[in-house]
Amino acid sequence: MKQKKSFGEIVNVIVHKQIFIPLAALFILVVFNFIADLIVNDGTSFFEITYGMSKDGYHVLSGNLITVIDNASELVLLAIGMTLVTAASGGQDISVGAVIAIAGSVILRIVCGDGSDANTLQAPIILAFFAACIVAMLFGAFNGMLVAYFKIQPMVATLILFTAGRSIAAWINNNELPVMNAPSFGYFGKFIPGIAVPTPVLIAIAGMILIGLVLKFTNLGLYAQSVGINPNSSRLNGINPEVIKLITYVILGFFVAIAGLIKVSRVQSINYSVIAKDIEMDAILAVALGGNPLGGGKFNIWASILGAYVIQMLTTTLFRYNVDATALPAYKAVVVVVLVVLSAPVVRERLNRLFASLKSKNEGKEAA
Amino acid sequence: MKRKKSLSDTNLLLLITIVVFFVMYISAILFLKQGFLKPQGFFNILNENAYLIILSCGMSLVMITGGIDISVGTLTALICMSSAVLLDMKGGNVVEAILLSLAIGLAFGIVQGFLIAYLEIQPFIVTLAGLFFAKGMTTIVNATQFNVENEEFKALKATRIIIPGMGVVNRKGIYVPAYVEIGVIVALVVVAILFVILKWTKLGRNFYAIGGNAQSASMLGINVKKTKFIAYLMCSVLASIGGFVFFMHAGSGSPSHASGAEMNAIASSIIGGTMLTGGVGNIIGTFFGVISLSTIKNIVTSLGLDEAWWTNITVALMICIFLLIQSLVLKRKAAQKK
Repeated sequence: MKQKKSFGEIVNVIVHKQIFIPLAALFILVVFNFIADLIVNDGTSFFEITYGMSKDGYHVLSGNLITVIDNASELVLLAIGMTLVTAASGGQDISVGAVIAIAGSVILRIVCGDGSDANTLQAPIILAFFAACIVAMLFGAFNGMLVAYFKIQPMVATLILFTAGRSIAAWINNNELPVMNAPSFGYFGKFIPGIAVPTPVLIAIAGMILIGLVLKFTNLGLYAQSVGINPNSSRLNGINPEVIKLITYVILGFFVAIAGLIKVSRVQSINYSVIAKDIEMDAILAVALGGNPLGGGKFNIWASILGAYVIQMLTTTLFRYNVDATALPAYKAVVVVVLVVLSAPVVRERLNRLFASLKSKNEGKEAA
Repeated sequence: MKRKKSLSDTNLLLLITIVVFFVMYISAILFLKQGFLKPQGFFNILNENAYLIILSCGMSLVMITGGIDISVGTLTALICMSSAVLLDMKGGNVVEAILLSLAIGLAFGIVQGFLIAYLEIQPFIVTLAGLFFAKGMTTIVNATQFNVENEEFKALKATRIIIPGMGVVNRKGIYVPAYVEIGVIVALVVVAILFVILKWTKLGRNFYAIGGNAQSASMLGINVKKTKFIAYLMCSVLASIGGFVFFMHAGSGSPSHASGAEMNAIASSIIGGTMLTGGVGNIIGTFFGVISLSTIKNIVTSLGLDEAWWTNITVALMICIFLLIQSLVLKRKAAQKK
């Protein structure tokens, strides 16, 4: 009897951990695909990973799971930055998609140079990437300044770049659509010869390690959290809330630049109105699915990252059952509503009470 | 005390918006002439933006309570498509189409309002799901654009209300009367009704109260959950009315209709002096916000800067300037109070 209770306690602790929600969602998706594999039984499995020749003649890994972790890379990077921004400023940056367009445009502008030869790099990619980083971080600083010093609501402040961003991106390249066919430019979005894992996955992992180190060895996480909970008491404790908010936006800008590099490298070109469209919504969703309060304060980066993978897993799963790409959002919406309803504190409390009353009823019966 | 302060903030920001609009429009008349000189130029702005006025009114309502609803744009597209399919493929009539639109709006409002008000889920996430759902549903209803050929509807679409005394005689000497579409009348009625509700009814005052401070509002005996629920319900129903007005103007169903309208509605509300933090806002300001936004777009086009990017960049600049003005004005007022 006593053991049973302690098991219940353990379950209780796990269920109340923040990371439980995305983990459970991921688990349900895996189980769903597993059962679907058994029922359909057409010789293909969702979990099958093959090691074979790609079109370019390299040995690479492929399969649905690889697609999931490959395509989720940009979202993971954005979710990292978005979580910090959400924690510190209590709002979200809706301009990330537009700033990805700007960063991508800057990269192509530098790499293509005068556009005379689409097959050779006119400038080193690393230089283009640094320029894009600086530009994206400056735009991040612009957002951060409006939020921190002018006290404008984050969503409203970033609405400015959301409106203008794609136009600025088009303006950088004179509204032309530059193409860069040099194979080395595609390394960042596809595969590096000799490495079987898609490069975006490696970049995403590098991003995770980086933020893990930053959170471990600096006080950034603690400061962001305390600023998000109460800026005034943080100030009294010697933290400058404005600077912390600004820093989180600049960090988000850095991750946006990396995501921009991956995006343009995938297609080796850019389409200003389509690139990274609606990615800001998915990034915010990842933060919310991770159970982070969107009003700021406590946060868990790893839960957000898992949230990003859940979103991509859901998309890939739906694609597998021939759901039309344009109809996809409707199904996504239903899943999102179910997830957020189940994770809502009010609902959880009700459920807990329900379970408790059921338990006491059962115990009453046993006693009788 | 709190209530009084937020009211005066509201009036101050409203005044700024109206002054900026008139300065902009009058200077456009003086320096650009062209379309701005004719009264019809102004009425065309109304004709094209009637739907946005209605959408923005709903948005302001929700923003005054401290929330946000980003589902209105794709909801508009869903309503256009459903009405178009009902009229052309299912043989329905216009009244049925209007009822269907209202029913869709009501359903959206009830679900979103319930999730936000009673289950206390963040409005951004709930309405984001609403945005996704409406977007997907639109293509599930019908994936391609098509024009509605229903005679009854076409007659309704072509109905013009002549404004007496505003017409101009064109070069051939023929008198061209100035007109507005039915949608504009609907929009103006919506603005008037909401103005009355917000200014003189208990419900309207409750909206401001829960936006200003939900906790003290509940201590005053206001039912915060119910009030929030009503706000989101009204916003979605207004979006459905706005959706039908858009449908009457466009006369077709398309998945790309009114794309980005939610952001335009938010921008208009902000320019009109509504603050996303809640408790501050005005419907008349929102009305001026919509027509200011549209006027600046027209000015940019008349200046010959017709590359697509200039419009967006100017609009963004305008939002930026308005935000800075609001931020500075409120900061200064706060400093004076001390």
